[in-house]
Formats: sequence, structure tokens, C-alpha cells
Amino acid sequence: MERQRTLARFRRSDKIFRNLTFVAAILVLSLLGAVAVSLVTGAWPAMKEFGFDFLTTESWNPVTEKFGALAPIYGTLVTSFIAMLIAVPIGLGIAIFLTESCPMPLRRPIGAAIELLAGIPSIIFGIWGLFVLAPLLQTTVQPALIALFGNIPVLSGLFAGPPYGIGVLTASLILAVMVLPFVTAVSRDVFETVPTSLKEAAYGIGCTRWEVVRNVVIPHTRVGLIGGVMLGLGRALGETMAVTFVIGNAHRISMSLLAPGTTISATIANEFTEADGDLYTSSLILLGLLLFLITMTILAGARFLLWRIDQGMKS
Amino acid sequence: MQKMTKLMRAVGVAGALGLAAVTAFAGEISGAGATFPYPIYAKWADAYKKETGIGLNYQSIGSGGGIKQIKARTVTFGASDKPLTEQELEKAGNLMQWPMVMGGIVPVVNLPGIHSDQLTLDGTTLSRIFLGEITKWNDPALRKLNPGLKLPSAAIAVVHRSDGSGTTFNFTNYLSKVSESWKTNVGEATSVQWPVGIGAKGNEGVANNVQQTKNSIGYVETAYAKQNKLTTTRMVNKAGKAVSATADSVQAAAANADWAHAPGFFQIITDQPGDASWPISASTFILMPMQVRDANASREALKFFSWCYAHGDAAAAGLDYVPMPANVKKLVESRWKEIKDADGKPVL
Repeated sequence: MERQRTLARFRRSDKIFRNLTFVAAILVLSLLGAVAVSLVTGAWPAMKEFGFDFLTTESWNPVTEKFGALAPIYGTLVTSFIAMLIAVPIGLGIAIFLTESCPMPLRRPIGAAIELLAGIPSIIFGIWGLFVLAPLLQTTVQPALIALFGNIPVLSGLFAGPPYGIGVLTASLILAVMVLPFVTAVSRDVFETVPTSLKEAAYGIGCTRWEVVRNVVIPHTRVGLIGGVMLGLGRALGETMAVTFVIGNAHRISMSLLAPGTTISATIANEFTEADGDLYTSSLILLGLLLFLITMTILAGARFLLWRIDQGMKS
Repeated sequence: MQKMTKLMRAVGVAGALGLAAVTAFAGEISGAGATFPYPIYAKWADAYKKETGIGLNYQSIGSGGGIKQIKARTVTFGASDKPLTEQELEKAGNLMQWPMVMGGIVPVVNLPGIHSDQLTLDGTTLSRIFLGEITKWNDPALRKLNPGLKLPSAAIAVVHRSDGSGTTFNFTNYLSKVSESWKTNVGEATSVQWPVGIGAKGNEGVANNVQQTKNSIGYVETAYAKQNKLTTTRMVNKAGKAVSATADSVQAAAANADWAHAPGFFQIITDQPGDASWPISASTFILMPMQVRDANASREALKFFSWCYAHGDAAAAGLDYVPMPANVKKLVESRWKEIKDADGKPVL
């Protein structure tokens, strides 16, 4: 009798616990849904007015209320792409060094420093970018780039124009620094999951360190690596404050990486407070919806990639 | 024992007084809007609270936000750097609008060897620089205005605001008044599609980029330029005289504006007549409903504004704002009677 009562009590509390966790899970989903719904309703007037032209128009003119998202979309994708181009090789390099060849006493301090980098608020990166990095680029790096590539076709276009110090390239560099700790920390963690026996076997048959990394460590961890890269990319796409400081905030698409540009989140941060007129506000919300969709697409793509790799490894 | 009752009585009286004060007006005056006048509103509010015990809760969320909030009636007053037209006031549910304080907007430059108020610009030249038509500092138009100055043969780097702002509204309003080409190609708004240049956030962003970029030009509030020792320029005004941006020249522009005949005080004081007028002057506005829901709160807000007009000039000047001329203040105060409660009685 006693025993049954206790069991019933356990069952009851277990049920309550299960329902509580279920509600917590549903809460996240419904929040996501609510965000999507409010974005769509807010963006509806702009969608109705501009339709698909919104995606292909470069003009962003609050006076005539003609809005197009091409320049911010372009800026968002280009800065994130360049940032990843810089951060991924460096991040992998650091992670390989830390797990494969770093002397033991140095491992913890270097690892901790990288993790601290991830904790720096983005506004600090923005201020540092504006006050330290931009003047440095303006006086030394950018004139050198312009002079170096001035006579080479294509490249001269990429590095053209007066060196402002701030612009697409500066924003990309800041983003690279900001995503570096994510890429590094995740890669280091997944590299550490490689069984020692695997690596030792490879070393045993006479592989060099490079061959071990290339043929054992990276293939064994690629799922986790892609996850780390995507995490970094997610941060780069949505980063607002630091980019706003250094990108130049011009609604123009320019081939030159030294020219000012803008990103979706920088545009929203800059203009939302003073946006008067329903169409203006609605267009900014539509920009937000686009960023939401871009991030979702990339994350879903990453998931799909991971799933494909998983399937491949099973068969 | 007697002492005790006396004390009790004193406490009772104090409590009753406190209670009376609370029932007369509970809480704070609430307002929201423009960021440009925030420092002076905060200073006034501080002094007013010391005198009367009534505080001000002002959210400096930007003019656009201020207009939205007063339309939704979530605050007692809204504040905007951009005046609303008579139709807009009516559409927003019959708002009353009046100017509270003024400031100037001044072009700032970074040119080697050139100090404050040495370079002179006129409206047409300024508009052509910001349109990207004048691209070099030694352009004939600039040399003609500054015969004595040595101007470099360098490209002009244009810096503008990236965030929507009342400063930009008044600046582009001025350029639209002086340049037909600006008016048709760019226009006037709190943010516009800039033909050239880089955008920087806030006065401090523009100031910073100008200070860091050689051969650059930007525009900031005069108070900001003065406090940060930026290189300001002189401007040729409507009367054809070159003037510097000072409190006096801004006040001259306001005094020459015809406030009495401006419906709803819709008056933008850029490009005003008068020999001493600074051409890019701006005033910042307060918005309140003509028919208020909470008469108590509105009365307190009006009392506060009246106090600011009467006692706030020194504080404004201390922060490099320019107080409204006395005749304008009088005119505004006479209109406050039109603000009424639900029964149609004036709240003040």
C-alpha cells in the first residue's frame, strides 16, 4: 500500500516534470513563430508596395520613399564572406597548433585568451575599429594596397578609391577578429575528440604532422568544424554595432573594398529611431525579415550539409 | 508628554502636506523624442526638480520615436527637431507644436593649416560639394570665396550622418532652399540618399571621421563643434554677408523669422534674412495634444515649460544652446490656453 502510494506520487511528479519541460520547448518554438509573424505583419506594407523589386533595387531614398535592399544585402554577404575567408584558416591554424604541437604549459593560457576574445562586447570592437584600426589602415595599409594593385586589372578595381580608413574592408577585418574565437574554440574542442589511438596509428606508420592533421584529424572532425564555421558566420551576418562604426554606412554598391558600404543590421540600427512614415519603418522591418531569412537559410543549409556528411559516413 | 504630542502633530501636518502634494500631481512629467535637446532638457529638469519636487522622465529616442509616442498618447509631450506641418498636426489627432530652444549647424573641415572660421562657404558651393559636383579643394568656386587662403589640390572627403537625425533634416532643408539641383535630386528629410561620402553615426561619429580624415568636410551641431574644438567654417547668409556660427548669429536668424504668421509654429529657421543671421539655424519643438486626457499631467508639463522659458536661458547658454527670443516665448505662452481638458476647460 505504502509502496503503491509512493509509486503514484513518483508518476505524478514525473508527469508534471515532463509537461514543464515540454512547455519550455514549445515556448521557444512559439517565440520563434511570434517573431516571424510580427516581422511579416510589420513588413507587409513594404512588401505590398515594392514586391520583388525590393530585392533588386539599389536605391534607398527616404525622401521619395523608394526603398531597395540590394546594397545592404550585398554589404552583409560580402563582409561576412571576407571575414570568414580570413578567420577560418587562422582559426583552424590556431586550433591545430593548440591540439597538436603546442607545448603543454602554453595550451591553457592561449586557449583562455582566445575564449576571452569571444567575451569582448561588440561595441568595444567598434570603438577600437574606429579609433585604432581605421586610422592605421588609412595611413599605411590602404595606400599600399592601392599602389600595389593599381595597375593590375580586376584587382585595381577591388582596391580603388581614396583611402577613407573605414569601409567594407575594415568592417570585414573587424568581423574576422570577432568570429575568430568562435571558429577557434569549436575547432579546438572537436580536434580534442579525435581518439589518440587513431593519431598514434598514423604517426606509427610514419605520417608527418601535416599528414596526420590532413588525413586523420580533419576528416574525423569535419562535421564539428562546419558547425563551428557556421556559428561564426551566424555572428558575422548579424553583427551590428562594430560594423556600424566602421563600414561607412553608404547605401551604394561599389566594386572597391575600400569604399563605404552598409549592411542590413547597420541600416536598421542607424535609421530605425528616426524613421518617420509607415513605409520607411515597414521597409526597415522588411530588411530585418530578410536578415532573418538569410540566417535561417544558411543555418538550414549547414544542417543539411551535416546530415549529408553523416549519411555518407554511415554508408 | 506635551513634547510628544507636539511632535505627533508636526508629523501629522507634514504627512498631510505630503499627501496633498501627491494628490495634486502623482509622479513625473513624461516625454519622449529628439536627442539633440536632451542635454538641456535634462539640465532644466534637474533644476526644476530641486525647486518644485516634480521630475521629468524624458526618453531621448529620436524625433521619429517622439512623434510616434505622442500620436499614441503614451507620453504627455513629444519632442521633435523636425516641425510637423499644419496638416500633419491635425492628422496626428490635433497636436499643438511650439519651439523650445535653438541651435546652429555648422560645416566642419579638416584642412592642413586652416583654422576655425578661416574658410568661407556659401550655400551653392556647400550644396555642390555634398552633391559631388565640386570634388577638389582648389576648385575655382572655393578659391573665389577664399582669395587669401592656400587650398590644397586634394580630393574632398564628404562625411554625413548615417542615422536619421534632426540635424540632417535642417541641413538638407537649407541645401534645398539654396540649390534647385539639391532639391530635385536629393531633397530634405531626417535621412536622405547621399550622392557621395561616408556616413557616420551621431555628431560624435561625424566629428571623429572629420578629425581623422584629411581634406574632409562634415556638419555638426555648433555646440558640439565648440565643445570639441572642431575647425568650423563661415557661411555667406541670405543677405550676402559672411558670418560665423555663434549664439548671437543663431539668435539673429530666429529673431528675423516671422513666427507670428507661421501656422502651428511651423517655422524652419534656415536661410533667414538679416545681415547677422547664421544660415543653418535650427529650433527644436515640443508636441502636445490640444485636447488632453490627463489634465493634471499636462498642466504640470506646461508649468515646466513656462519655468524653462522664464529661468532656463542661462543654463541653455551654458550648454551652447540658444534660447528663444522673448517675443517668440510670449507668443507661444499665449497659445497654451488652447490646450484643453476633456470638458473643454483650458488646463493652464
